Amino acid sequence: MVVELDQVSIRYIVGDFKDIGLKDYIIRKLKGNFTVNEFLAVDNVSFSLEKGDMLGIIGTNGAGKSTLLKAITGIMRPTKGYVKVTGNIAAFLELASGFDGDLTVRENTYLRGAMLGYTREFMDEMYDEIIAFAELEESQDRPFKHLSSGMKSRIAFSIACLVNPDILILDEVLSVGDGAFRKKSEEKMLEIIRNGATTILVSHSLEQVRTMCNKVLWLDKGKQIAFGAAKEICDQYQKFLSQK
Amino acid sequence: MIEKFKKYKFLFEELVKRDFKKKYKRTVLGMLWSLLSPLMQLAVMSLVFTNLFGKTTAHYTIYLFAGNILFSYFRDATYTGMSSLVANAGIFTKVNVPKYIFLLSQNVSSFINFCLTLVVFFLFAMLDGVAFSWKFLLLVYPVLCLVIFNIGFGLILSALFVFYKDTQYLYDIFTMLLMYLSAIFYKVDSFSATGQQLFKLNPIYVYITYFRTIVLENAFPSADIYVLCIAYALAAILLGGWIYKRYNYKFLYYV
Repeated sequence: MVVELDQVSIRYIVGDFKDIGLKDYIIRKLKGNFTVNEFLAVDNVSFSLEKGDMLGIIGTNGAGKSTLLKAITGIMRPTKGYVKVTGNIAAFLELASGFDGDLTVRENTYLRGAMLGYTREFMDEMYDEIIAFAELEESQDRPFKHLSSGMKSRIAFSIACLVNPDILILDEVLSVGDGAFRKKSEEKMLEIIRNGATTILVSHSLEQVRTMCNKVLWLDKGKQIAFGAAKEICDQYQKFLSQK
Repeated sequence: MIEKFKKYKFLFEELVKRDFKKKYKRTVLGMLWSLLSPLMQLAVMSLVFTNLFGKTTAHYTIYLFAGNILFSYFRDATYTGMSSLVANAGIFTKVNVPKYIFLLSQNVSSFINFCLTLVVFFLFAMLDGVAFSWKFLLLVYPVLCLVIFNIGFGLILSALFVFYKDTQYLYDIFTMLLMYLSAIFYKVDSFSATGQQLFKLNPIYVYITYFRTIVLENAFPSADIYVLCIAYALAAILLGGWIYKRYNYKFLYYV
């Protein structure tokens, strides 16, 4: 098993503590209107993936998809249960964020590669291929902020995917880019899967999940509604959506 | 630990490059500029204070300079370090990397800047006729302690800044007060014996004192100064490290 989750629950807190100063904090505490709400963003989720699986995570907004991914990548720690991952994860949740606008495309590519845990030698070797795949040969030395949002997601996708990771995690990445690039990126992902990587994809496009994934996890308000073969669960989910 | 260092070496290098480029805007002038600021400060201070305190102090400009560069380094490193978590929230909420790496890379920029001013300092000392001796090699010790102290203090501040957004304003006031308490432009001789001891509660004063004892008096600092140098450094880094460890998974709720 490459990815294994056993009864994973993750507590999330929201409330007044965000963006306040020490002064506000003390005043609010004294007045007694300082509230912090806790809730389970992910509630008792268990599943496992084998090498070569492609999992689609579906669910409406606020279902806990992104929180679950954060637990798998190790950014968050489950409150209960455990997550076991074997192998190298290439994950950049919300791929197009986290770039530095003042650096050039080339510098950002190296920085992102470093964040994903690749070595410099590896990046030297792959750099031209990454740029070629993203079709950004002409913009290599331009500041990143001059790129269009489509270009940004293209380069983000290329860095994450051209490196053949053991586990690839993609959060809403394919919903960006133009039609031609989308087709190319889908092909690239299928190639990665054929090479034996395990992939987790969060997508609102049910069609995409249906065609690309072999397993599906359906979450609703943090709870695991279903996990299993893609076709059946997609059908169920579609029915659920049309009933709403 | 060593394995972790190897794993994140590439990321660290890239972050250092990024911080450096952003700080100096890719210009040589940018680097000179950051050197200009402490020198201007020194010029104004020595102009004003030489009249007040300079008559009784030998090598007053150097006395002033020693205090000034150490304090400037402390302020620069901790002030830029304070925002290292908040500014990199877009990274650590998306990918799993050790969070202290951002502060460390910030500190490299500040340290290089400090080293440049240090070179200018020794140049001035030479011009002013300060006698150089082998004891100057001992200056490595307080510098090393100050580096550790700044990192530790930066860890604490950057965590506080995540939780309380007015940390920056409070810290402005704090550093200003601390500057006046660091005996940068005056001597502590006129204080009572207890008063002089109380100055040692200020870590920056301790580091400055070490520096001045060697450079200006060509003497060995007293034993308590040695101990305090390392004690403050360790206290800061241990407290900072503890906060980071404890809140490692909580920072992301606040940014």
